[in-house]
Amino acid sequence: MSKSRQDLSSIQQVAANGLLDRRALLRSGVMLAGAVGAGTAGTLTGAAAEPLAEAPWSQHPGDPVAPYQHPSRFEDYVVRTVDNTKGEPGGTRARTPHQLLKGIITPNGLHFTIMHAGIPDIDPAQHKLVIHGMVKQPLMFTPETLSRYSMVSRIGFTECGGNSAPLFSNEPIQATLQALHGLSSCAEWTGVPLAALLDEAGVDPKAKWIIAEGADSPHLTRSVPLAKVMDDAMVAMYQNGERIQPGQGYPMRLWLPGYEGNMNVKFLRRVQVTDQPGMTYYESRIYTDPLPDGKDTQFYFVNEVKSFITSPSPGLDLKEPGVYEISGIAYSGSGRIAKVMVSADAGKSWAQAALQEPRLPKAFTRFTMPWRWDGGPTILQSRAWDEGGAVQPTREQFVALRGQTTKPPNVGGFPGHHFNAITSWGVSPKGEVKHVYA
Amino acid sequence: MSMRKLALAAGMAALALSVGAALAESPHLGKPITQADLAEWDINILPDGTNLPPGSGKAADGAKIFAEKCVACHGEGGKGGIAARVIGGPPKATLDGGKTIANYWPYATTVFDFIRRSMPWTQPRSLTDQEVYALTAYLLAANKVIGEDDEMNAATLPKVKMPNRDNFVIRFPDRI
Repeated sequence: MSKSRQDLSSIQQVAANGLLDRRALLRSGVMLAGAVGAGTAGTLTGAAAEPLAEAPWSQHPGDPVAPYQHPSRFEDYVVRTVDNTKGEPGGTRARTPHQLLKGIITPNGLHFTIMHAGIPDIDPAQHKLVIHGMVKQPLMFTPETLSRYSMVSRIGFTECGGNSAPLFSNEPIQATLQALHGLSSCAEWTGVPLAALLDEAGVDPKAKWIIAEGADSPHLTRSVPLAKVMDDAMVAMYQNGERIQPGQGYPMRLWLPGYEGNMNVKFLRRVQVTDQPGMTYYESRIYTDPLPDGKDTQFYFVNEVKSFITSPSPGLDLKEPGVYEISGIAYSGSGRIAKVMVSADAGKSWAQAALQEPRLPKAFTRFTMPWRWDGGPTILQSRAWDEGGAVQPTREQFVALRGQTTKPPNVGGFPGHHFNAITSWGVSPKGEVKHVYA
Repeated sequence: MSMRKLALAAGMAALALSVGAALAESPHLGKPITQADLAEWDINILPDGTNLPPGSGKAADGAKIFAEKCVACHGEGGKGGIAARVIGGPPKATLDGGKTIANYWPYATTVFDFIRRSMPWTQPRSLTDQEVYALTAYLLAANKVIGEDDEMNAATLPKVKMPNRDNFVIRFPDRI
């Protein structure tokens, strides 16, 4: 506290517009408190606390305990946004409210989902999983028999190939983080390695692919390279410790760490081993994109390294100048996040964010960065690197390779897939946060 | 034996051991199932035509079925409604939209496979294979990929060369 205001600023600011040393919050609460007082005299330290009184809920017993508990009624706005509420053909999407969550685990009720024809009401006693095709012996499994197998658990993200599609727009679309990046979530998945079941059936050495099929009415199919399947594919039966909910594929789904969501076939009922991909509707028509050079890209599969700032973000406006914690999510379908850099001046200067533990491969990694907002206009960005050295592209770099629309699409549309470039939030002097391109 | 081959051999031995261990620990509860017993589910059509069923159809028959079972969602003349346009469209797909059967779908077998497994949206698996062939012929003919009188069957469908087939590039070839 003996240091002058000048000294505090020079020690703590690590990039322009008030980005502070990421260790500042941990190292010295006293010093940071001093910084708050110094930077924003009167706004946070001026008003004295009010006298305390017993609240109504402290004066009588509370509600009975429910068998399955739910969030507080004061948190009822923390929900997914659901489109296509009339249930028309074309599917329904429910998006995760990242701007209202912390940590790396998405609660089961808030995990994103896309349904192409509603949620089937599957009786697990009647559900079957068949493995056939290029195998020695076609086999049938049930949820009950799979429960006898050795299971593995793994924390990882699942992301729709169409997540962040509004950022293909030629102009920045004004929407919440949930609308822009809400088709991505992270959970602990538990199930049986598909490789164990394939080994039991005896895979023909000439096989190269599997075609996975769901038991819901579209009988959705996706082809997956056998190498990926033998590496880390799982027949997942539990999500965050409880049985997978119907909206995520009860009683079992295919889970492919780091691969586009649509391939993680829900309600998994059949795995055909083949020597060629099925060229199914979803892998030849839907999750494919026209490229600027006139070609089309197919079999993208991997969700590449990506990050976005969850707070502040559109809708989470800043009330007054002062110290804030910038918080966000980074992930890569190729491995661990190695580094996240944050900028408060539209990418001209950068500072390294703190990465919270655990920092797992193909999983959300939470990053944080203390920031002293001086009340001026600024543009916040985050940029992630993965352990393989892949770096999140700037929007300019991404658009050069993948293109953009010529007119803004509907915010819920899917002009393209696998957008992973930098997201920019513009902060106005009023503290309003908007989606911008920078 | 070179060092590299030695290392490879050692690696293979280790792999064999680990797979062996995994197999030994497996409860082996998979129930053998015959091809006949899984036939009802065995509906994947591969792009080379593998598994296409007997039967055949022409565009004229497909047009009647389309008018009866498809227009409610796909619109008159297949020009789109609450579900996607399936006939006509722009000459080239871009990020503004416009992926069509004629300008985009790489394999005609996908049309058959998708109709048979997923359509009609309200009642999938209700069409006969004959009806699926006829609808496939109708959509391919209406999009001017085949002639009005061309019969679609297990032999002719895989031979249909879709205009955009060779235009696709694989993003990560090393992962396949």
